[in-house]
Amino acid sequence: MDDLGRDLARNLDRAFPRLVEQMSPRLYWGLRRMTGDGHQAEDLSQEAMIRAYRALSGYPPERIREIRLEPWIWTIALNLGRNHLRDRSRRPTLVEAKTEPADFDTEVPDTAAWQRRLDNLPRAQREAVVLRHVVGFGTSEIADITGRPEGTCKADIHRGLKKLREIMEAEDES
Amino acid sequence: MNLEDRLAGLIGDRAPESITEATALGTGLADGFDFYDSAVGQVVVTFNPKGVSSVTLASEDFESYFEARFDRPLIRADAPESWGHLIPDRLEAGSPGKLPVDLRSVTPFQAQVLNQAAQIPRGEVRPYGWLARHVGRAGAARAVGSTMARNPVPLIIPCHRVVRSDGHIGAYSLGGPDRKWKLLTSEGAAPESLEELAARNVRYLANTSTGIFCHPTCRAIRRSKVENVVELRSAADATNKGYRPCHLCEPA
Repeated sequence: MDDLGRDLARNLDRAFPRLVEQMSPRLYWGLRRMTGDGHQAEDLSQEAMIRAYRALSGYPPERIREIRLEPWIWTIALNLGRNHLRDRSRRPTLVEAKTEPADFDTEVPDTAAWQRRLDNLPRAQREAVVLRHVVGFGTSEIADITGRPEGTCKADIHRGLKKLREIMEAEDES
Repeated sequence: MNLEDRLAGLIGDRAPESITEATALGTGLADGFDFYDSAVGQVVVTFNPKGVSSVTLASEDFESYFEARFDRPLIRADAPESWGHLIPDRLEAGSPGKLPVDLRSVTPFQAQVLNQAAQIPRGEVRPYGWLARHVGRAGAARAVGSTMARNPVPLIIPCHRVVRSDGHIGAYSLGGPDRKWKLLTSEGAAPESLEELAARNVRYLANTSTGIFCHPTCRAIRRSKVENVVELRSAADATNKGYRPCHLCEPA
């Protein structure tokens, strides 16, 4: 991962495909758990990557080396997600691949149930829980990504987990 | 299994391939390609956010050609909505018009030559020397010739309208001289009469009533009455006989 930052600083165009390869599974799946929607997760992932590339191409090498890449890309993706409905208007300069966005349903029945439970959390809690326990970020990184104080993030994670347990108990009773 | 472990298992180990493709296209690290019809048969047009980057015959091994020359991969894609719809018209018209063309693959000098070649009207031709003079490098006819051979976007930038300095039709990068003849014929530039003039060392035609001399395909001289047209071997010959260069085709 450290090598990636160094290589991006040295030759952005050559190293960038590796960043996409390394980051897109966690980004896509994290966003999918957050949004509950595979296509939206796909759109957000690619748009975040494209914006990351544009930003990096304007940065001097020493700045690129200092970026903590994964939280940084997540920050871009979450900001995009917040503006998503507003900005869904057309992007006329985009070259769009002809391949249909494939049905990427490696979803096992059990995870569908988990997705429904996550969908029931308030947004801030869902974001915090997904970032902490699905993607695996630490709370200080989550604070950076979401722009909320670390204490608030910890409380959101805690409340989110509590709510998930309550949802599961309610399922058991019914 | 506890709750935290279940949540940690909700992540897959790979993402849809479409993310990689869309990112490569959106950043311009790969070009998109699509097939189009043209006067010389089906062609492959490649494009990226900066514009159209290449035109090749679809029959050739266009993917290895592209990757070898441009050092980027190709992905089957739709051209950008804002200008993609212009591509069929511009292939037909033989000029870029408002279609953006990505000339990063050639040197600044070559780009200048190609942009000048794009100004040659349909149905007319100009010699290498004319292009060289118009980019301020009068002696560089040979460099102009090799630029035409490297034109990444034939048909859109009409290098088929550039002929040898001796007036002969010459070579064509998009599948050889036969296709150049075919294109010039379809545009009304009559390559067989151009060859015939070249064989007799005729470079220019002049109108005795207006006193103006032109390239043989210039629309000004073509409008002239046949009985007023005389043949000339050089610009010096024209000047000696008191003719002035035409403002449209700028033969000198």
